[in-house]
Amino acid sequence: MTRYDLVVIGAGPAGMAAAIEADKAGLSVLVLDEAPAPGGQIYRAVEATDAARRTILGADYAHGAELAKAFRASGATYRAGASVWNVSPEKVVDYSTGDGSRQVEAGAIIIATGAVERSTPMKGWLLPGVTTAGAMQILLKAHGVVEPDTVFVGSGPLLWLIASQMIAAGAKPKAIVETVPRGRLLAAAKHLPKALKAQNYLAKGFQMMKAVRKAGVPVHRYGEDIVIEGTNHVEAVTFTADGERQRIETRHVALHQGVVPNQQITRLLNCEHRYDTVQRAFAPVLSEDGETTLKGVYVAGDGGGISGARAAALTGRLAAMAAATAAGRSVDGAMVASVRAALGKDRAIRPLLDTLYAPSPEALAPADDVVVCRCEEVTAGDIRAAAKLGAPGPNQVKSYLRAGMGPCQGRVCGLVVAEIMAVTRGESLDAIGYYRIRPPLKPLPLAELAALDEPIAAE
Amino acid sequence: MPTRIDASGERIAFTFDGQRVEARSGDTVAAALIAAGIDATRRSALSGMARGPYCMMGICFDCLVAIDGVPNRQACMVEAREGLVVTTQDGAMEALS
Repeated sequence: MTRYDLVVIGAGPAGMAAAIEADKAGLSVLVLDEAPAPGGQIYRAVEATDAARRTILGADYAHGAELAKAFRASGATYRAGASVWNVSPEKVVDYSTGDGSRQVEAGAIIIATGAVERSTPMKGWLLPGVTTAGAMQILLKAHGVVEPDTVFVGSGPLLWLIASQMIAAGAKPKAIVETVPRGRLLAAAKHLPKALKAQNYLAKGFQMMKAVRKAGVPVHRYGEDIVIEGTNHVEAVTFTADGERQRIETRHVALHQGVVPNQQITRLLNCEHRYDTVQRAFAPVLSEDGETTLKGVYVAGDGGGISGARAAALTGRLAAMAAATAAGRSVDGAMVASVRAALGKDRAIRPLLDTLYAPSPEALAPADDVVVCRCEEVTAGDIRAAAKLGAPGPNQVKSYLRAGMGPCQGRVCGLVVAEIMAVTRGESLDAIGYYRIRPPLKPLPLAELAALDEPIAAE
Repeated sequence: MPTRIDASGERIAFTFDGQRVEARSGDTVAAALIAAGIDATRRSALSGMARGPYCMMGICFDCLVAIDGVPNRQACMVEAREGLVVTTQDGAMEALS
């Protein structure tokens, strides 16, 4: 079996930065990523976008091109289109490239699989024509496809960013229904002094909101009781705002309630996780340099807690330097200190953003008749009933109701199932826990599994 | 109706349930379908309701289709190629066949 000093999973900002740094320190590095090109979701297709599209997407996106260039120029081995489907505590990684599966052995592993959008169950969210807001951005970034007259529903910096990018692309959204409840701004304001240390983010935020207002997109604040209407396709969104029931006809609704760590691999490895009561999500327990409770396994980027792309690259560098140190390579201590300082400064914006844009109450506690598990069509009411019957956690609900047992393996419903159970049972999220994640992380043809013993397996 | 903001990419085509779909090189199957105004790509195995691409990043598995006869392919993760035969994934029956 081929061995690398370091295997990095994911080629977004954290993974690319980690690979560059580890290569510099003299480690042999393999980077595995599912996409056809580096960038992750944030810098998706960044090498291929032309100047016009980069202008639409903005300077922060274009910055990703420099990182991708440095990554390509590094000595790290990069496998595109490589879908990791198992990682063992012994640090053996199985991945599929479509034509077969391969195994590699790692001295250390950096998991840089980023974030996923928080699931936002509501009436009608299963209908074709309803997507995440992130899906809209992927269509724009990677494919130059825009859906005019989209109604955005939810909250968060990404929602404003995507709306402003779509305006720049000539596809003005029809409306924004913002779900930030009354009183949040005041609660968030106490974090303003700290946020001023990262005022570049504040300035960007105001610019995005200004662009939306200038374009004349109606913004409905304090939106609640949201229902997406339609029979075989979205037809309209109804909601209450300003004390009034309102209805907007549309063929496309984009939902967003922030992003949360992608836990699949850290859960698979049984790393310890804790529920972050501010970010309202589980995150792996990490050392200052990103090491999990499993020695030699690190997490870099948003998978360790949401901080954004710039911070992701910094945590990638820190994890790589820690892995290099552990492998006996010499690492410049002053460099580590300067990266840590930059990270602290960059993260100064988070308390404000996390407080202001915490998920809306109805995103965390959907009504009984709302489907929560999209794959198996299990409702919030079903989950509450199971919790009342005595199911202690998501794994029992999975056995009772098949929630989390469909093809997405709980990626979409996991967090909200845990939230619902915690409230129903009156327990903490840490006591309730999360789905047990098992391999294969992605569906795999049996023939590929059977062929693992054949020569292709040894890369 | 979705629109393309530029003319980049080589023109290719595949079929979805027998209907010709124009795509650009670099498109995923799901992106090409959405650009062509098609956003229902499977029927739920339970209720039979129409479903389509939701996350576009390989997480939700709601864009499952059959491609060249192989079911359970994530349309958002498979690159569109000239001549692909893509069909709606109909409930669980196809998945079991």
